Amino acid sequence: MTTDRRGAREPILQVKGLVKHFPLTRGVLFRKQVGAVRAVDGVDFDLYPGETLGVVGESGCGKSTVARVLMNLEPPTSGRVLYKGEDITRLSGPALKAVRRNIQMVFQDPYTSLNPRMTVGDIVGEPFDIHPEVAPRGDRRRRVRELLDVVGLNPEYVNRYPHQFSGGQRQRIGIARGLALNPEIIICDEPVSALDVSVQAQVVNLMERLQREFGLAYVFIAHDLSIVRHICDRVAVMYLGRIVETGGDAQIYEHPTHPYTQALLSAVPVPDPDARGGRDRILLTGDVPSPAAVPSGCRFRTRCWKAEPRCEERMPELAVPRAFRDSGTPAEHPSACHFAQERVRVLPGEEPVN
Amino acid sequence: MDTLTESPLVPRTDTLLDVRDLHVEFRTRDGIAKAVNGVSYAVARGETLAVLGESGSGKSVTVQAVMGILDSPPGFVTRGEILFRGENLLTMPADQRRKVRGAKMAMIFQDALSALNPVLTVGYQLGEMFVVHRGMSRRDARAMAVELMDRVRIPAARQRVGDYPHQFSGGMRQRIMIAMAMALEPDLIIADEPTTALDVTVQAQVMDLLAELRQEMGMGLILITHDLGVVADVADRIAVMYAGRIVETAPVHDIYRAPAHPYTKGLLESIPRLDRKGKELYAIRGLPPSLTDVPPGCAFNPRCPMARERCRTEVPPLYRVTAERGSACHYWEECVGDD
Ligand SMILES: Nc1ncnc2c1ncn2[C@@H]1O[C@H](COP(=O)(O)OP(=O)(O)OP(=O)(O)O)[C@@H](O)[C@H]1O
Ligand SMILES: Nc1ncnc2c1ncn2[C@@H]1O[C@H](COP(=O)(O)OP(=O)(O)O)[C@@H](O)[C@H]1O
Ligand code: SF4
Ligand code: SF4
Ligand SMILES: [Mg+2]
Ligand SMILES: [Mg+2]
Repeated sequence: MTTDRRGAREPILQVKGLVKHFPLTRGVLFRKQVGAVRAVDGVDFDLYPGETLGVVGESGCGKSTVARVLMNLEPPTSGRVLYKGEDITRLSGPALKAVRRNIQMVFQDPYTSLNPRMTVGDIVGEPFDIHPEVAPRGDRRRRVRELLDVVGLNPEYVNRYPHQFSGGQRQRIGIARGLALNPEIIICDEPVSALDVSVQAQVVNLMERLQREFGLAYVFIAHDLSIVRHICDRVAVMYLGRIVETGGDAQIYEHPTHPYTQALLSAVPVPDPDARGGRDRILLTGDVPSPAAVPSGCRFRTRCWKAEPRCEERMPELAVPRAFRDSGTPAEHPSACHFAQERVRVLPGEEPVN
Repeated sequence: MDTLTESPLVPRTDTLLDVRDLHVEFRTRDGIAKAVNGVSYAVARGETLAVLGESGSGKSVTVQAVMGILDSPPGFVTRGEILFRGENLLTMPADQRRKVRGAKMAMIFQDALSALNPVLTVGYQLGEMFVVHRGMSRRDARAMAVELMDRVRIPAARQRVGDYPHQFSGGMRQRIMIAMAMALEPDLIIADEPTTALDVTVQAQVMDLLAELRQEMGMGLILITHDLGVVADVADRIAVMYAGRIVETAPVHDIYRAPAHPYTKGLLESIPRLDRKGKELYAIRGLPPSLTDVPPGCAFNPRCPMARERCRTEVPPLYRVTAERGSACHYWEECVGDD
């Protein structure tokens, strides 16, 4: 259970005040910075050993950028990423290499994330070139076959090329490669989004099994809220570069207090025709603002039906709202809204309460 | 047993489109890919038919044949009829067919950006419909374009009518595609995964708009999707495709309550739910077959938990389950029964 995990151990990964801005420049000869894309604009979260933290939000809200910074593929503009207490964004050389071994990544697109000219054996075994200490030369072939077996692929396929596999099988190859170095953390950026429903279930089950077997911690990035509910212990909802609400799966899915989370959840169609029309949906108007022109105050205010002047003046902090502090209810979790409230469900034919 | 080889529907008077026993194959260097193997479905006025299936199951190829935009060669319709208001589009003279397909039926694609011309303004492309089909002047056509953009709720339509497709967000581009499809008030709209590339919040906006306009104009809608949530939300009837065939077709409530085909049943069980945490997901084992090498008998047999000897040799016809429901499973009674 989440509480046991959190109570019993230290976080394995801590993200503090993470910011990643991309400069917007104009001019060809004399490049002048005219602004910035605020892709990630102050993100904090902890990841505990063996748990799954879901990160959800609309396209462009900064999920993949967070992933790339966690993987040290890009330096943050500011903020820290602590792996077992050590800031990995400041490491270099052998120290960085040692940490990297423990944090691996699985990408969204099983069609483009694998090198088409490498055999499956080479792809899965490639991490051993960088970390020969994990599998001595003579032992590699055996390790690779073992990894293929673990992810449910026929070990006889080591000499085949990626195009000879289906999307789901390619995703398994990506997972096998991610597992090669026995990492503690796997950052998964939309690992099943490109897959068909039936194959998606196979890959999700595989990821859950591997987590149990190897005690992996996952950061699971996705825009499919149903999958995230299924696989995650805790969830962080992102909007325009910041986390707006975070909590355990039941806290977020059954007792959301942030208007954005409420709107997002209400937009998901439920696979039950009998529920048609019975859901009380919040239809957001307008589009997400550009991260190069973030609204002042609360960044959701341009689409929020509850916005008041205060929302424009003051940015709400991600904290447990005063109304729910020490309430002992599931609404007691961080939510960045001045007017955080549980949503009163309106059933058809009923008048809304209050 | 009673089967439904002709058309899986009760005869109705207001049938718009009636696809019967359609076969499409692609003649490629690797062999003949039988993409569509005897598909029959029908849509009536004011009705929404959802076509559901995994990628590669033949959903798009079927409607490409209907719209006359099949990539040919290598694609060929080898058998079947496509009746639009009782007339076979496949044997109709070319100019007459073009008229039907231009004004009476319209299509909305998944990828609006590649379906719109990047070098022409949105207003020009919308207006073009009226210039070509209604003989309007450019000026009047532009005014119509603004009206249409208003109708699909593009903010500040008058100012934006001169903008190019890439200047709009994904959701807006999809709404512009809808506007274009609606422009000539067709009888039938075919939407091929219209919201697959969009976020849920935008998907909700686009689906709502589509449903509202459809209802207002009383059009028929074929909605291709692989999202069981979207289907439950908007469809009247469903046709489930697998390996180029319809394996089950039924009114939407029946199928969710008690699927009559093991594949449909597997699909419904394999989706995670938003409203509960759930335990391990049910996963249909194995993979869909390659269309150059479809298994003999029932194409689903290597993955089917109910398969037995007969399934490996005898192709199941579409059995009649109820007056408006069909299943291509020899053992559909067992499937419906075991819940
Ligand atoms: N290298 C870059 N230069 C400029 N802007 C960038 C760069 N990388 C990302 N961005 C911008 O930062 C924002 C966040 O991008 P990111 O890829 O993290 O989104 P995301 O949440 O992963 O979206 P999706 O769900 O579409 O994958 C976007 O507006 C994007 O255009
Ligand atoms: N132009 C083409 N040439 C060869 N094969 C094609 C072509 N278009 C589609 N196919 C094949 O036909 C089958 C059905 O495709 P499609 O109808 O697009 O599937 P979906 O159900 O995902 O829409 C697939 O196996 C696909 O590869
Ligand atoms: S702070 Fe204001 S604008 Fe922001 S979510 Fe809350 S009510 Fe809406
Ligand atoms: S015919 Fe046989 S293999 Fe096909 S779905 Fe029915 S039980 Fe399964
Ligand atoms: Mg991304
Ligand atoms: Mg398709």
